[in-house]
Amino acid sequence: MMNDMTTQKPIQNLTKKDFESGLDVRWCPGCGDYAVLSQITKLMPKLGIPRENFAFVSGIGCSSRFPYYVNTYGLHTIHGRAPAIASGLKLSRPELSVWVVTGDGDALAIGGNHFIHAIRRNIGLKIILLNNRIYGLTKGQYSPTSEMGKKTKTTPLGNIDRPFSPVALALGAGATFVARAIDGDQAMMAAILERAAAHEGTAFIEVLQNCVVFNDGAYDMLSDKATRDDTRLVLEHGKPLIFGKERNKGIRLRGMDTEVVTIGENGVTAADVLVHNESAAHSGLAFSLGQFESPEFPIPFGVFRAVDKPSYQQLNTQLVESTRAAKGRGDLAKLLNSGETWTIK
Amino acid sequence: MSNRPVTARPVEELDSVVIRFVGDSGDGMQLTGTEFSKAIAKAGHGFATHPDYPSEIRAPTGTLYGVSGYQIQYSSGQVFTSGDAPDVLVAMNPAALKTNLPDVKHGGIVIVNSSAFTAGNLEKANYASNPLTDDSLQGYRVYPIDIAALTSNALADSGLSKKEVGMCKNYFSLGLMMCLYSRPVDKEITDIEKKFAKKPLIAAANIKALRTGYAYAEATEMFAVSYQMRESEVKPGKYRSISGNQATALGFVAASELSGVPLFIGSYPITPATEILQELSALKHYNVTSFQAEDEIAGICSTIGAAYGGALALTTTSGPGMALKAEALGLATILEIPMVIVNVQRAGPSTGIPTKTEQADLLQALYGRNGECPIPVIAANSPADCFDAALEACRIAVKYMTPVILLTEGSIGNATEPWLIPDVASLPKMEVKYRTDPKGFQPYARDENLARAWVRPGTPGMEHRIGGLEKDFLTGNISQDPLNHQRMCDTRAAKVAGIAKDFPPSKVEGPEQGELLVVGWGSTYGSIAQAWQKATADGKSVAFLHLRNINPLPSDLGKILGRYKKVLVPELNLGQLSKLLREQYLCDVIQLNKVQAKPFKVSEIYDRILELC
Repeated sequence: MMNDMTTQKPIQNLTKKDFESGLDVRWCPGCGDYAVLSQITKLMPKLGIPRENFAFVSGIGCSSRFPYYVNTYGLHTIHGRAPAIASGLKLSRPELSVWVVTGDGDALAIGGNHFIHAIRRNIGLKIILLNNRIYGLTKGQYSPTSEMGKKTKTTPLGNIDRPFSPVALALGAGATFVARAIDGDQAMMAAILERAAAHEGTAFIEVLQNCVVFNDGAYDMLSDKATRDDTRLVLEHGKPLIFGKERNKGIRLRGMDTEVVTIGENGVTAADVLVHNESAAHSGLAFSLGQFESPEFPIPFGVFRAVDKPSYQQLNTQLVESTRAAKGRGDLAKLLNSGETWTIK
Repeated sequence: MSNRPVTARPVEELDSVVIRFVGDSGDGMQLTGTEFSKAIAKAGHGFATHPDYPSEIRAPTGTLYGVSGYQIQYSSGQVFTSGDAPDVLVAMNPAALKTNLPDVKHGGIVIVNSSAFTAGNLEKANYASNPLTDDSLQGYRVYPIDIAALTSNALADSGLSKKEVGMCKNYFSLGLMMCLYSRPVDKEITDIEKKFAKKPLIAAANIKALRTGYAYAEATEMFAVSYQMRESEVKPGKYRSISGNQATALGFVAASELSGVPLFIGSYPITPATEILQELSALKHYNVTSFQAEDEIAGICSTIGAAYGGALALTTTSGPGMALKAEALGLATILEIPMVIVNVQRAGPSTGIPTKTEQADLLQALYGRNGECPIPVIAANSPADCFDAALEACRIAVKYMTPVILLTEGSIGNATEPWLIPDVASLPKMEVKYRTDPKGFQPYARDENLARAWVRPGTPGMEHRIGGLEKDFLTGNISQDPLNHQRMCDTRAAKVAGIAKDFPPSKVEGPEQGELLVVGWGSTYGSIAQAWQKATADGKSVAFLHLRNINPLPSDLGKILGRYKKVLVPELNLGQLSKLLREQYLCDVIQLNKVQAKPFKVSEIYDRILELC
């Protein structure tokens, strides 16, 4: 689908409006997805990338309608397969900025395999997972991130299916960039998206997103100004893991385990609190943070991990270049005539 | 060494011979067979091979199910198949003899490695008594040779372990057969030196085993004659030996080079298709990107992504993988982007018999998707033909902006035959144009072939969104309008049906009308062609037509079928093309079906032809 053809603008003159497709957005009024769409279209003109070099790829689900609303190249595909389709696109066209927009069912249930393998390869996709912890498009069944005990249409007696932490899953798959944002905090989301856009390998962002119809209020404690300082832990590289209205709560390491401590109580000082390191040699502490659950722990937001590793497409380009340097550009006649040949007169 | 072995023995001239090498899957029979075919190729004879191996990598030694075989038919003339019944069987152990003897021609030559006929091995092969000493082999010319002992004696000073020496006996057998069939070994020696360049001790031992086998055959009084193939009548030109999977890979590289469009393969390894992915993975200095995906679905999905990005993209698989790709095939169809899906068919259903051949995925290729989802289907009929079939699949895909299914078969993919190497300049042109002009652009506007434009992301001014939802006839916007959906389904069907206008008139061999027409597709070409030739030579009025395109079928097919009283359709399935021909042409075809995970024997088709005319 296309909107009216506009004359080509120089990149520096592009605005948010240039990235809006103009199509009626058909998410439910009040859906958290609007916030993500707004932040992305705001970010895109700032990235210095020609509009035609963006491609958005999605699967199936509410979140997967996303490409229709962005005025770039877009592909709305089949359930769970967006990372695989986007991988083929990125690998064949490394110069494109390829974004995958997915949901908790699309990425973690039906598409779990493609999700972990895209991350493992570190192929240069930006994967945004809109996590509302429910199946919206099929009207209210539990998802792989629904909490234990939750009553939904397919768990009328309560959910007994243990949920994934998408952050911990991505880290377990070897992710080189992992972050979490929430629909209600647009400033933080904007900052995270900007960093993800600059990441060369796979950038994974979980966005906690409220479903107003089937799971309303799931994140109220994290969004509400009255409670959020006590329930959230904002991660900043090189800064201590401190949270709370009074800024007196912190995360301390005891043995291999993490615990919440109060600075000034039981002899705990600020020096005891862990300092966040998003580029640590191993992802162990990030993995631990990724498993924090309320109410025992605050829910971390921000960048869990960001390390520079060669991306799959970079390594592939190097392979092609080195083999061409060694063997020369392949010649078809030579190939057809390779192996053992014989001539019949 | 001279071209012909120096032997006092008389030389018998042959027109054609079928030789089968069989042994344990660890005995190296595939290598012996391959090397023997290379020597035959060098001599300029026509040949066809059929490797037949178990799906176990190393089945327990000596067992009936661990037997691996390699059959070659070669001739002074054209060769269509690897042959029905072996004239010569080389059996390395009792299990190999037991499983293969029933196929050997009555009075045929049976060369056995007698060292392997131990009590233990006989028991594993369910022999109550030793067939070499009882009378059970009376109907054959049996040559028991102590191959293992002769090899190990010759290699006593080789410095190799007992196990390593044991592995050289396949070269003894090769040497023996090369002498018996009057082939020089000098080229083979150079090949061994090259192959084992990093292991000089092994190279020396294999060369010695080869020479020992050769010398043994020369000296022994056991064989009354040697054999020499009559001078060949093969078409002049430069040849190489090629397997179907290699030819498929080369066909796609050729399509990429001819069109200037980069090639992308996204695949997951699966028997018997894996070699195509392997071949292309080694060609990165061409314009080839290879991607080993995490599963079959990712194989086709990465291919869709690459095709959307403007690559000439393919994915390769076999039946079970094809089943997994079905949903994505629907997406490719509704997106109307060009790509090729290669199904190297194997015996099913489910995992079936992975290393053995069958043609039972035809209806899956035609119909195995949700919704009205037409996809062109073409089939290769021999190993070398895979090259042309791959080129044709690419041509259709890019001209009509559609996924295309290319059906080959295990028996084609792994088998080899001589290939007359084409001159690059003689290959068909393949023109690909991406649309770059935004003026008046509509994503689903169509050309005279009903094909929409191929627009690569990165093209300024043409940003657009498409997907798996039904879309408006012109704009590609989501549309659930009832009449629009009807129009889109009709148009997608008409586009695929319209491909038939490109086909040349169908080539019927034999009488233009009459008693009997044999119609085939795929790997059965060789067996049918030979059976048809034989019946024709017998004075029977029988015609033969082999289909390249199965969807759409050639537009002259209905008329052709109507010109014969009877139509016979031999297939390695339970009647899938038959069903299609009946449905399309109300033509009462006679089925000849076989699902034994083996190719047709020429005689099976020939006999049926004789019954019908």
